[in-house]
Amino acid sequence: MDLMVQRRIKQVLKGDQNAFGEIVELYKDKVYQICFRMLWDRHEAEDAAQETFLKAFLNIHTYNQDKKFSTWLYRIATNLCIDKIRKKKPDYHLDAEIAGTDGLNMYSHLSSGDQLPEEEVESLEVQETIRQAILLLPEKYRSVIVLKYVEELPLQEIADILELPLGTVKTRVHRGREALRKHLRHL
Amino acid sequence: MTSCPKQIVHYMHEYLDGEIENDAKEELKLHIETCEDCKHHYLELKKTIAFVQSASHIAAPAGFKARVMASLPRDKKKMGVERWLRNHPFFTAAALFLLLMGGGFFSMLEQRDHQFAFTKNSELKVENETVIVPPGTVIEEDVVVKNGDIRIEGAVNGDVTVINGERYMAAAGSVTGEIEEIDRLFERLWFEIKSLFK
Repeated sequence: MDLMVQRRIKQVLKGDQNAFGEIVELYKDKVYQICFRMLWDRHEAEDAAQETFLKAFLNIHTYNQDKKFSTWLYRIATNLCIDKIRKKKPDYHLDAEIAGTDGLNMYSHLSSGDQLPEEEVESLEVQETIRQAILLLPEKYRSVIVLKYVEELPLQEIADILELPLGTVKTRVHRGREALRKHLRHL
Repeated sequence: MTSCPKQIVHYMHEYLDGEIENDAKEELKLHIETCEDCKHHYLELKKTIAFVQSASHIAAPAGFKARVMASLPRDKKKMGVERWLRNHPFFTAAALFLLLMGGGFFSMLEQRDHQFAFTKNSELKVENETVIVPPGTVIEEDVVVKNGDIRIEGAVNGDVTVINGERYMAAAGSVTGEIEEIDRLFERLWFEIKSLFK
């Protein structure tokens, strides 16, 4: 597969957009998944994933063909998501549909302008609690947790994607796990 | 758990990352079997991971690729032509051939075009690419001048045709037939073709 990707990239470098279409086809689910697990919002995830591919296309000449293409591509995606998370804090989307609640969104939980009561959050579906727990993670922990547990990438590859020393990645995985444990232990 | 060795939690994480030394693993195992708090902590971590991983895999929405492709800057025109040429070598060769041959053909026509020529007739005089019908002479045939002018001071009993040139008529000059001035290449071609059938 890598060989095929490398060949497509050479074609893209020669100006062949159709070859890029095949690259999108190959990686769209992975990239979308990373964006979704980072942002937990379908629209934002789609925007971020789309931007990722556009950026990859425009900067394809900066990609070093000796390295893994997915690492380069995922780096663009995580960096974009981290930027978006930093920009949009604080984090509640009234429009965001709550997973597993079929059309319910945060509006329906905010009856007469009340603050979201603690018990109500706990009574939501498990998925929603996980969503919250991940959203509460600072982005530096969130990105390693998503890459490790959603994409199931090896620690070394995560270090390559985030351009961090392996030790830092390990520490962040540990801290991220501990932080998640605090939110999820009562489930 | 506060009384437990500090490294135990660290070992748990190393174990979860699958990067633990054998000695540490043994130590962790022994400790967890005896310490309820640490066992609980470890199980919570395991549960947390299971929860995070339980988030079902999701695929990109339908039409995603099309939207990405539409967002790309448009193919440069040059690229399009280049690719077409690469994909159709036969047409490319044929077009190149026609182009070169055509060029040769037209340049041949042009060469002929620039030569000064006129109907041979001993009565006609020539001055600086101008054919002169002297006063008092009568030419008893058609006169054709190519790439030159004609000045008619006498009389021509026939048609006068000037190709790529000018016709001057003196007050005393006369032409009994038609007078034609042809400047453009295609009119010239038409004229040549017409004269073939005469």
